[in-house]
Amino acid sequence: MAQKKIVPYWKKDRKQSIVNEFAMAIATINGSGSATANNILLRTLFRMGIPVSGKNIFPSNIQGLPTWYTIRASAEGFVGRSEVDDILVAMNPASIVDDIRRLAPNGVLFYDDDITIPTTREDICIYPMPVKKLSRSADVAPALREYVANMVYVGVLAVILGIDLDILKQTLTDHFHGNEKAVSSNYGVVTAAAEWARANLKKVDHFHVEKSDKTGGCIMTDGNAAGALGSIFGGVQFVAWYPITPASSLAEGLNENLPRLRLDPKTKKDTFAVVQAEDELAAIGMAIGAGWSGLRAMTSTSGAGISLMSEYAGLAYYTEVPLVVWNVQRVGPSTGLPTRTSQGDLTQAYFLSQGDTRFIILIPGTVNECFEFGWKAFDIAERYQTPVIVLSDLDLGMNQWMTPEFVYPDKPFDRGKILWEEDLEKIKEKWGRYKDLDGDLIPYRTVPGNKHPNAAYFARGTGHDDYANYSEDPEVWEAGLKRISDKVLSSRDALPTPIIDSMEGAKFGIILMGSAELAVEEARAILAQEGLPSDCLRVRALPLSTAVKDFIQAHPRNYVIELNQDGQLCQLIKLELDCPGELISVAHVDGMPLSARWICEQLSAREVN
Amino acid sequence: MTESQKPTPAQQLNFAGLSRADYRGAQSTLCQGCGHNSIASQIIAACYELGLKPEQVVKYSGIGCSSKSPTYFLGRSFGFNGLHGRMPSLALGGSFGDTSLKGIGISGDGDTASIGLGQFKHLVRRNLPLVYIVENNGVYGLTKGQFSATAERGLKLKKQGTNPYLPVDIAMEALIANASFVARSFAGDPKQVKELIKAAFSHKGIAVLDIISPCVTFNNQEGTIHSYTFGKDHEDPLHEISFVPARDEIMVQDFEEGTVREVEMHDGSTIILKKLEADYDPTDRWQALRCLQEAQEKNWLVTGLLYFNPEPPSIYDLFNLPDEPLNRMKEEQLRPAKSVLTEINKSLR
Repeated sequence: MAQKKIVPYWKKDRKQSIVNEFAMAIATINGSGSATANNILLRTLFRMGIPVSGKNIFPSNIQGLPTWYTIRASAEGFVGRSEVDDILVAMNPASIVDDIRRLAPNGVLFYDDDITIPTTREDICIYPMPVKKLSRSADVAPALREYVANMVYVGVLAVILGIDLDILKQTLTDHFHGNEKAVSSNYGVVTAAAEWARANLKKVDHFHVEKSDKTGGCIMTDGNAAGALGSIFGGVQFVAWYPITPASSLAEGLNENLPRLRLDPKTKKDTFAVVQAEDELAAIGMAIGAGWSGLRAMTSTSGAGISLMSEYAGLAYYTEVPLVVWNVQRVGPSTGLPTRTSQGDLTQAYFLSQGDTRFIILIPGTVNECFEFGWKAFDIAERYQTPVIVLSDLDLGMNQWMTPEFVYPDKPFDRGKILWEEDLEKIKEKWGRYKDLDGDLIPYRTVPGNKHPNAAYFARGTGHDDYANYSEDPEVWEAGLKRISDKVLSSRDALPTPIIDSMEGAKFGIILMGSAELAVEEARAILAQEGLPSDCLRVRALPLSTAVKDFIQAHPRNYVIELNQDGQLCQLIKLELDCPGELISVAHVDGMPLSARWICEQLSAREVN
Repeated sequence: MTESQKPTPAQQLNFAGLSRADYRGAQSTLCQGCGHNSIASQIIAACYELGLKPEQVVKYSGIGCSSKSPTYFLGRSFGFNGLHGRMPSLALGGSFGDTSLKGIGISGDGDTASIGLGQFKHLVRRNLPLVYIVENNGVYGLTKGQFSATAERGLKLKKQGTNPYLPVDIAMEALIANASFVARSFAGDPKQVKELIKAAFSHKGIAVLDIISPCVTFNNQEGTIHSYTFGKDHEDPLHEISFVPARDEIMVQDFEEGTVREVEMHDGSTIILKKLEADYDPTDRWQALRCLQEAQEKNWLVTGLLYFNPEPPSIYDLFNLPDEPLNRMKEEQLRPAKSVLTEINKSLR
């Protein structure tokens, strides 16, 4: 906990010098190639040691609609979403009126001087940028001019805010993997813009950046890239997927990195296969086939895709096939808001298929955890012989987050209870695919290719007995399904445990999951300053850990904060844990990540009453 | 009586040292006289005669009467009875665990041509090495007699009235999707069924066998195209087919010169097609389509090997897969070293 007094971002005094603290919105037209400029800006700040995050607020469209890139810098490390913009870089005439309206009092406007700006605001600091003129001088083919034009605002911002140009140049060099032509044409525009700004602009605002030391030991990437890498270190062997925003980049990350990282050390042959399926039905079907055949198999999807997978998920549940399914959540129902974030699939995921089903869910809350759960999910799936659903979301999956370095797996593979020829030889009792030989609810499995005469069995989604024979016997059905359900529930304390953070004199508890982490952390610090210290528990897996119940009972009131309409986590806690503690749902969804301000307002209002 | 129907002594061992009993499955629970039972018998016979070991074969199926039948053959083989219309995806993923195994998928006309048409065509497009048998009876049996997508227009069924829609021709769909092995057969012609299955097991790609397999309970009325009587009266075989595995010598003297076509398969085995009325070239996709079209117009049940092309790469060829089965790989082959992660971390600073 920081000792210094925290000024909530919505109460900032912008008439005084502010160092390493801002929320910036870069308003562009989608398809105009601003991604490189924005990433360079973000990573340069990160390399200067300033905690930052970068979020892309984009439309479901390829070219022509307004899009915003938001960068939040915070000396305190609070880089959750801010709904207040301190700084606006206006490159899009179509959205500029609204963009300026949203700018905070005494905020700062940088704008492309080709755009006529409305004169509705007299309180803001304004910097024009001759984008066309400066980019025309760039040493690039005319077709690329629009792309490098975005480097103009990078150069101007560097001068006005004090961004280190040497670090920026190195960042560009790394970004383009040393491609000198690309580096020099982009950096040429940056320096031309910087020179122009030094000569023509006088600093009138109060925002500054300075080198700091708060990003040591951290990396910056997105959750989908981390999930892909984690899966690779988890030994993923078969991936089937179908393109869908915001999950596509996870499979693309696998496609890109598997050939680089996962050739057999001796033969230099592939140890994996990736198949782009014809739809999500086929994607999960292929992954289940592969999981059944003994491979570490996964698929990734979102939105409509997870609904399409629900039938097959039930097959894997009942036939006890290990499998990992990533659901990078977007806003539903239906096509909903395909490029916006939510935590709205929790209940669906938990009971994904028809009949009585219950799935193991892992909920990463940081990019680092996307890596960790990426490999752990396979161990859990194979240990419990069941699908594991990793619930990420668009904000975590597609946006840039700083996160502690990825940690190499601290445990060897857990392939679970699998029998090969020599193992079957040793088994004294009669083996049956669904027979609970050890009394731990988990049977032993065999996979195709096992040549032992007793190895084969016939898997089926229809009723079956301990030996996988077809059965409609009421007792066999009831006992079989109960064992599977108990098996899944028995995982609760072997899954990633909740993260608990306590404050002295806590007046209430807060329960959250996933990427709500940053906004909640910031809100708690602010609330504590206002006399409302709290304890906090972040759920990381379902079935719920028994620690959740203990936490609830240790607090007079528990607010369950989440990004969906119905308060699904709150509902599930009530449903699953028999506990007398008071649970209050604090939930909403509008497509944007949760913000500390919203949480503070919600909790303050409730605590006052 | 054809050779396959001759009783084989239980003690007689095949090339793999196994008896016919080693290829049996559970007792069939399908209706007496169901075409599917006859096909299951021919699968047993084909595998026995080929000398395939049961552990070399993996069975897949969807949902429906046809899809129940994998229980009734090769009881010592792994099998997975999956979802309605989704067998292709299951088989594709399941095949990657150990690509040295041979897959056989059993589907029906509802499973393949209605709910599963998309997965069927995409599997064909991917050329997964799989013996894909459609037990085609034009009717939903397990749900008690509704029209399927292969039912002919005008078919009258009890309780259902008259079918108003044109049928899907599975063999044509396979050809259009560039299947590399397409055959049509008739459950009432067991010798042909068996020889086609044997050939299909040797094919390095998808082998689609559309087998008319009458439903004696719901769609076996005289004159309807999926009935035994229609098949018996209207079957028009393109050739007499026999399969000679690579290990056997072909006895060419058995055939009069110019009366047979020999089709070489990639594993060295041969399909021998004995000419009947007209010469039929199974390597011409257009001719295959034309032949199906003509049969449709003339109300014939054309059977035999419609099309064969050993050339297209299978899905396995698209990957640089090692000889070692993927499902036997160990952690040291599957988890990159710690130093690799250190480099990754460095690149993300």
